Amino acid sequence: MVLPFAVTQIGTAWVRVTNLALLYIMLALGLNIVVGFAGLLDLGYIAFYGVGAYTYALLASPQFGLHLPFWVILPIGAAIAALFGVLLGAPTLKLRGDYLAIVTLGFGEIIRIFLNNLAQPVNITNGPQGVYRIDPFRIDGLNFATNQKILGLEFSGPIKYYYLLIVFVAVIIGLNLRLQNSRIGRAWEAIREDEIAARAMGINTTNLKLLAYAMGATFGGLAGGVFAAIQEFVSPESFVLVESILVVSMVVLGGMGNIWGVVLGAVLLSFVPEILRFSVAPVQQALFGRMLIEPEVIRMLLFGFAMVLVMLFRPAGLLPSAVRKRELTERT
Amino acid sequence: MRQPKFGISLLVAAGALSLAGCGEEKKPEPAKTQAQAPAVPTIEIKIGHVAPLTGGIAHLGKDNENGARLAIDQANAAKIMIGGKLAHFELLAEDDQADPKVATTVAQKLVDAKVAGVDGHLNSGTTIPASAIYHQAGIPMITGSATNPMLTEQGFDNVFRVVGRDDQQGPAIASYLAATDKPKVVAVIDDATAYGQGLADEVAKTLKAAGIKVLAREKGTDKTTDWKAVLTKIKGEKPDAVFYGGMDATGGPLIKQGKELGLDAVYAFGDGACTDKMAELAGQAAEGMLCSQAGIPPQAASRSFLDAYKAKFNTDPILYAPFTYDAANLLIEAMREAGSADPAKYLPALHKISYMGATGRIEFDAKGDRKDAEITIFSMKNGKIAPIAVVKSGKTMTYDEFLKGMGGAK
Amino acid sequence: MDIFLQQVVNGLTLGAVYAIVALGYTMVYGIIQLINFAHGEVVMIGAMVALSVINLLADAGLPPLVVVLTGAACAIPVCMVVAYAMERLAYRPLRRAPRLAPLITAIGVSIILQHLAMLVWSRNVLAFPQIIDMRVYTVAGAVITNVQIAILASCVALMAALAWLVYRTRLGTAMRATAQNPQVAGLMGIDANRVIATTFLIGAALAAIAGVMVGTYYGVAQYTMGSILGLKAFSAAVLGGIGNIPGAMLGGVLLGVVEALGAGYIGNLTDLCSYPVISGWIGARCAGGGHFVLFGSNYQDVFAFAVLILVLVLRPSGLLGERVGDRA
Repeated sequence: MVLPFAVTQIGTAWVRVTNLALLYIMLALGLNIVVGFAGLLDLGYIAFYGVGAYTYALLASPQFGLHLPFWVILPIGAAIAALFGVLLGAPTLKLRGDYLAIVTLGFGEIIRIFLNNLAQPVNITNGPQGVYRIDPFRIDGLNFATNQKILGLEFSGPIKYYYLLIVFVAVIIGLNLRLQNSRIGRAWEAIREDEIAARAMGINTTNLKLLAYAMGATFGGLAGGVFAAIQEFVSPESFVLVESILVVSMVVLGGMGNIWGVVLGAVLLSFVPEILRFSVAPVQQALFGRMLIEPEVIRMLLFGFAMVLVMLFRPAGLLPSAVRKRELTERT
Repeated sequence: MRQPKFGISLLVAAGALSLAGCGEEKKPEPAKTQAQAPAVPTIEIKIGHVAPLTGGIAHLGKDNENGARLAIDQANAAKIMIGGKLAHFELLAEDDQADPKVATTVAQKLVDAKVAGVDGHLNSGTTIPASAIYHQAGIPMITGSATNPMLTEQGFDNVFRVVGRDDQQGPAIASYLAATDKPKVVAVIDDATAYGQGLADEVAKTLKAAGIKVLAREKGTDKTTDWKAVLTKIKGEKPDAVFYGGMDATGGPLIKQGKELGLDAVYAFGDGACTDKMAELAGQAAEGMLCSQAGIPPQAASRSFLDAYKAKFNTDPILYAPFTYDAANLLIEAMREAGSADPAKYLPALHKISYMGATGRIEFDAKGDRKDAEITIFSMKNGKIAPIAVVKSGKTMTYDEFLKGMGGAK
Repeated sequence: MDIFLQQVVNGLTLGAVYAIVALGYTMVYGIIQLINFAHGEVVMIGAMVALSVINLLADAGLPPLVVVLTGAACAIPVCMVVAYAMERLAYRPLRRAPRLAPLITAIGVSIILQHLAMLVWSRNVLAFPQIIDMRVYTVAGAVITNVQIAILASCVALMAALAWLVYRTRLGTAMRATAQNPQVAGLMGIDANRVIATTFLIGAALAAIAGVMVGTYYGVAQYTMGSILGLKAFSAAVLGGIGNIPGAMLGGVLLGVVEALGAGYIGNLTDLCSYPVISGWIGARCAGGGHFVLFGSNYQDVFAFAVLILVLVLRPSGLLGERVGDRA
């Protein structure tokens, strides 16, 4: 609980980084439902994040002059994202494996292209310019964008978001743990292992797959809404393919299907690049007198190698789920 | 808006809560100059610079950074005194990857590092979200290249810009086009980015106001290399001129393919495609194209700047380096005038400043925009863009007239 | 009409490039059911190597065509080495792993190749040397350049050569046998690993040639150029029926034409002002030659993805495919 204050010692920038990491945890957990539990690889997951972010942006900014409170918008955003999840899921029920991956990738790109172009003929999303001056979260006098003194302590904006996000993440982790061991969770697992057998056992695979998409999308939409409020600005550039791939690599690196593994993956892949950004440049300056390889390149190479090496040597991820481990190592 | 005080009180609060970390506060850096001049007290001043150093326009980002770095090095060499202390400036150069999300993190990082001022960012899309964070912290920022009008319309008193706005540049190139080539039908294309679309909108608006027919907008992306379908469609409507709002990487293929298809029109571009790279990418096809740059051309910057830049980086400035150079110098000059590197103290001096920079005389209006910002019109001649006219306060003069004027001012 | 013809010419050229890249996807998919995500990056590396070689030889006084061909001749082995290394290190160890695993390594390899290329060739957009004199021919109102003709001709030649290789040689027979059933093919004395590696090499050679074509045609090259091209080519392969070689060719050409015609006509078709009934409603916007375009050329990139999704949903086997899409 004192973490943000301790982190502030190093710099408020790190509180922001932590907040982004918490958002990525939310995203990775959402994607884990689809990929890890139900075994459906989704390469366009960031679209739901975008849908949530834009819903918040449009309902709480000067764009349409609407300024609804966040506790009204966040559920709306999550619901719309869930609807998009079903929209994506319904026509692709029959597809599996890599075909599905490609279709979801296309879906993600289409959503982004629409966000980028829905400024004409009628201006809805303000196109590539993005939506500015989005309202931060407000509860009565508590404004998440500014510094306020509460109980004699100075709370900066990022710190307040930090606590809010911690609550969200905790709730989502709790939900996921419950889900995993519920009838639904076991049914997803059955579908992942063998869809035909699952159907033969009387599982309604159609509904359960749609439910997985909807649940995953809901968390994505929720994270998107918070993202829009923290940034106070959204533009389509934030919802590109690389972001989807980043979330996938978090899930893969940590361990598909294992909630704590996914959290670990998200934490690693959001902090390591930032640490690199703060450390690589000075180290290279000291060693070679100039910058040979930029942190951004190292970051991307790291993602690439993480994905390849994890799959080659530890296919179930850093913290494998028990079932996955068996499945991935013992299969011949 | 709330006034900052932010860092200090937060540290106190943090100290109260978590007992650890008191020793982590930054020790004052051992000043290297101390040994040489022990008598004079020194002051360390950090100035931030932000631009994308990775990604598609990283070459422009590096150019911007070079401009700022040159200013800082010269200031250090000149042994400037601020409030009776010998100032040593340090440039904290950051990469925002042209990504708004990264831009806010980097901005926060600079605020944490207690920079006295910020020179940047490069893109409007990153500068606008970052400006809110600098504003919270009360740190002045001057951009040398973000041209989106929105930036200075937010009502922030710490935001300045030394370059012309899109709603000055768009009308300038459009009215130049309308006046000199007298087209009846113009096709406007953009790359569906914040920059390209914003500029293209301004151009279309000005052309329509001049009674010129503007075709339905066509778009590509910032990665489009195949423009043939769009150009073929346009060709069917026989435009006299084609304007493209986008960067040189996509503009080069556009003009090349347009000429290939036999779409004979005047091709005009904004500053993103106003580079020699156009000739490199499109070859002979780029010859004769028109384009505009906010501000004055790099080669029209002061001789002393150009020589120093060439000597230091062994290359010529590409686009906005003179402006980021001026931006850094403006920060330093305002500190010198105010005798303090404290943002709250030197900010008023920055508002009132009148400074002769590498890009001419700089004064700011109430919004923080440069007064009488020039827009220069260029044409491609023998593979190099050459300035042909300057638009200033709504008046168009030829480049030679403008140079005479500059000479007079000096 | 000449506009329509011109759009078809544009589309055919673009489609020819898609087709050659799509072949690489479809051959690999046909044989090991792997979407080789990194194939687009191989195309990029081909373009970059050729660019470097051509720049080196530019002042040697050789005939331009020889220089370009030398560029391609150097690009092919480099791409082959890259593809072989990729197959050997990242895909072969996962041959028996669940399907998601090699797909994820493929994405990883793609990121790695892109950024290594960036370290070598910088991140800037590079000008691909324009050493071949552009000649423009006008046929029935449509313009076609000598480069376009060369692309179309070499595309046809490559496809013919590939068809011969796959359907008329021992190697081709081995490839088709491995694709049908690797175990049984192995029992018949076919070294599956060798056949698979050869498939990657052939795909890489085609990719290198496609890279040179793209570079020469558009005059630009950048380290990111492979990803969108790869996605489009993959869509083309799916459209034709993935795993099916004639399908990839057909799919490529069709997708190219659809994109060109789409970008050329969708704006007018969805301009509500051109429909008298609707334009009354929108009134003010349409008055005096205004437009109310629902979808313009800005949706050009959507076509490929929309085609991809429609095909997979409605006819997963593609236009010419015999295989069924439902695989775990």
